[in-house]
Amino acid sequence: MSANSRAKAPSRRQFLSGAAAVGVGVAAAGTTRAADPDPLITNVQEWAQATGEGVDATPYGLPIQFEKDVVRRNVEWLTADTISSINFTPIHALDGTITPQGCAFERHHSGAIELSKADYRLMINGLVDTPLVFTYEDLERFPRENRVYFCECAANTGMEWAGAQLNGAQFTHGMIHNMEYSGVPLRLLLEEAGVKREGRWVYVEGADASSNGRSIPLEKALDDVLVAFKANGEALRKEHGYPVRLVVPGWEGNMWVKWLRRVEVTGMAIESREETSKYTDTLEDGMSRKWTWVMDAKSVVTAPSPQAPIAHGPGPLVITGLAWSGRGSITGVDVSVDGGKNWTPARLAAPGTDKALTRFYLDYNWDGSEMLLQARAKDSTGYVQPSKAQLREVRGENSIYHNNCIQTWWIKENGEAENVEVS
Amino acid sequence: MSKYHKLFAASALGLCLAVPAFAGSFGLGRPALPEEITAWDLDVAPDGTGLPEGSGDVFTGEEVFAEHCAVCHGDFAEGVGNWPKLAGGEGTLADKDPLKTVGSYWPYLSTVWDYVNRSMPFGNAQSLEPDEVYAIVAYILYSNDIVDDEFTLTHENFLEVDMPNADGFIVDDRETAEAHFWMDEPCMEDCKENVKIAMRAAVLDVTPEETGAVGVQASEQEAQAKSEGASEGSAEVEDTAALDPEMIESGEKVFKKCKSCHQVGEGAKHRTGPALNGIAGATAGAIEGFKYSKAMKAAAEEGLVWTDEELAAFLAKPKAYMKGTRMSFAGLGKQDEIDAVIVYLKSFGS
Repeated sequence: MSANSRAKAPSRRQFLSGAAAVGVGVAAAGTTRAADPDPLITNVQEWAQATGEGVDATPYGLPIQFEKDVVRRNVEWLTADTISSINFTPIHALDGTITPQGCAFERHHSGAIELSKADYRLMINGLVDTPLVFTYEDLERFPRENRVYFCECAANTGMEWAGAQLNGAQFTHGMIHNMEYSGVPLRLLLEEAGVKREGRWVYVEGADASSNGRSIPLEKALDDVLVAFKANGEALRKEHGYPVRLVVPGWEGNMWVKWLRRVEVTGMAIESREETSKYTDTLEDGMSRKWTWVMDAKSVVTAPSPQAPIAHGPGPLVITGLAWSGRGSITGVDVSVDGGKNWTPARLAAPGTDKALTRFYLDYNWDGSEMLLQARAKDSTGYVQPSKAQLREVRGENSIYHNNCIQTWWIKENGEAENVEVS
Repeated sequence: MSKYHKLFAASALGLCLAVPAFAGSFGLGRPALPEEITAWDLDVAPDGTGLPEGSGDVFTGEEVFAEHCAVCHGDFAEGVGNWPKLAGGEGTLADKDPLKTVGSYWPYLSTVWDYVNRSMPFGNAQSLEPDEVYAIVAYILYSNDIVDDEFTLTHENFLEVDMPNADGFIVDDRETAEAHFWMDEPCMEDCKENVKIAMRAAVLDVTPEETGAVGVQASEQEAQAKSEGASEGSAEVEDTAALDPEMIESGEKVFKKCKSCHQVGEGAKHRTGPALNGIAGATAGAIEGFKYSKAMKAAAEEGLVWTDEELAAFLAKPKAYMKGTRMSFAGLGKQDEIDAVIVYLKSFGS
């Protein structure tokens, strides 16, 4: 206990004021001499003397207490109620590409339900030769695939259409996660039931009270859609649809039906609430686009950002972020420090993969002056992430969904960052 | 969609004779029974496929709506607080802040029927009879001036209702309307002359006060408060200890039905219904800061106290027990559910 209390997590404000104090003299950090010996080195610390916890202390672990602030957060004023609402992945504090399940954003339409494997049933019906019912055990007997995909809510960045609103990458871009799914191709289940010739769509719904039904063209259903039961190697979390959810690669998160209970082959789209009154994009003239399923290429600098300010002063700075495209893979990310006048290609941590998050880095020598930091993604179809002005030119400001504009962070001399919009 | 049931019946017949029994190659799963398909296949398509027989008029709809829907959507479908507005907004879709309602935005009536039938009321889904759904939908249409007050909606005239925004949608045209975003090689140098900050999030100031550090402090304070409570508030601890933990646990499950409107426990706040800490044994209508119905206030003045018996009677059939209560809940059907949820509520003080 005493060993732990010694290193209390600093608040963001402490962190910032500390940073400002240290900031000045460290331009040549490698050659700076310490005035006094560091007691953390010269004194024998308790953790180096006493023992830690045994292997029986934590049968299933949570992050260490110092990481308590790396959590999902919600924005209270967004929705009437937290049961039908959304929270945000702390992307500003994560690295790599895989999102841990425990902090991956949640979106429920009638709350996260508890449905056991024993009580789970999946029905395939409609325009099929033999309507079928599968148990969870049945699903585990089909040939399985492992695939990494991002899942992005169509409303991600939706609050930013009319201007810079929320101050943090978590809030502007955190309706996204990226996991490795294990599951069965939906194609195999449909083939098992035998799709009739007149089938054009599948209508998928969940077991929760909202049912969140969506229509998906049969072509997509037979292509890369997965009926998944594991994410990042372990069972799905309750909030992500345990025991079984649909994975619809590259397409808006609302279609990734959780607690999947029924797949109906139909001749037409059902035009459910979630594909008419919601998840349709109203243009400037009042007409609305429907069936806008694919998520456009997009990127964001996750650090530095408003919740992850620069704490170390001028000198080496890691600029990093995420990029993704629902149409394919990320082929490049450019970073601008001057609000889009000039761009520098960033380094991709690994080559982009199909419909999955790509991590990028720009290893930068910061001179301590203000920056207007932006990232711009390019994908394998030749699509280039547009600016907010370019998007508004086509769509106006009322679309709510599918805002994939270039994001700007104003990095100030003291290292703090703010969400801004630039001309 | 019921037309498939007939198809199914035909194919089920064939199934007995056909070998192999399955179209696929794994032989996994089992044929779905017609009753099972009927139970789950509830969706209604724009052409009315899947719609059960029935009818409901505006007048009945107003009553049913008041009972089941108005608590969130308002007596006139105008919406309460942040809950969805179902009426109004006609002609606003091209405005700066369009108001999207059933009348101003929804292209298909089938969507309204389907959603009310399967997913409403919030917290008590799939509890409405088809005629009630017809009546509610008729009332929503009336609230939007789409039908007059004499109107009766039935499965037969369903497709005759004209939805004002039926032609307001186009299929995703990004690949043509936004073809210029496929530019392959974008500008890398001197792409703009001037860059100015046009808007700042900090000026707007709508970001939730966080950050994690606040959370850490709060939980430390809570932990401290808890440990203090353990030494000082021993009476309360004993009270809770006398309650059957199994009952508390099953009561917690039952309480899920209440959760869309009520909170209980640490930090519980009023929502659609009042926070329920200490409700057992309390005087009715007395939880501070909650706006009760006239009926509840009147009962309070007459000295109603939430004893086990009164709570049980209220929870069994709220509207029958107290005419005029705002609690839009059909009631808990089973006595053991009622008993369990009362024990659960007692675990938060009485």
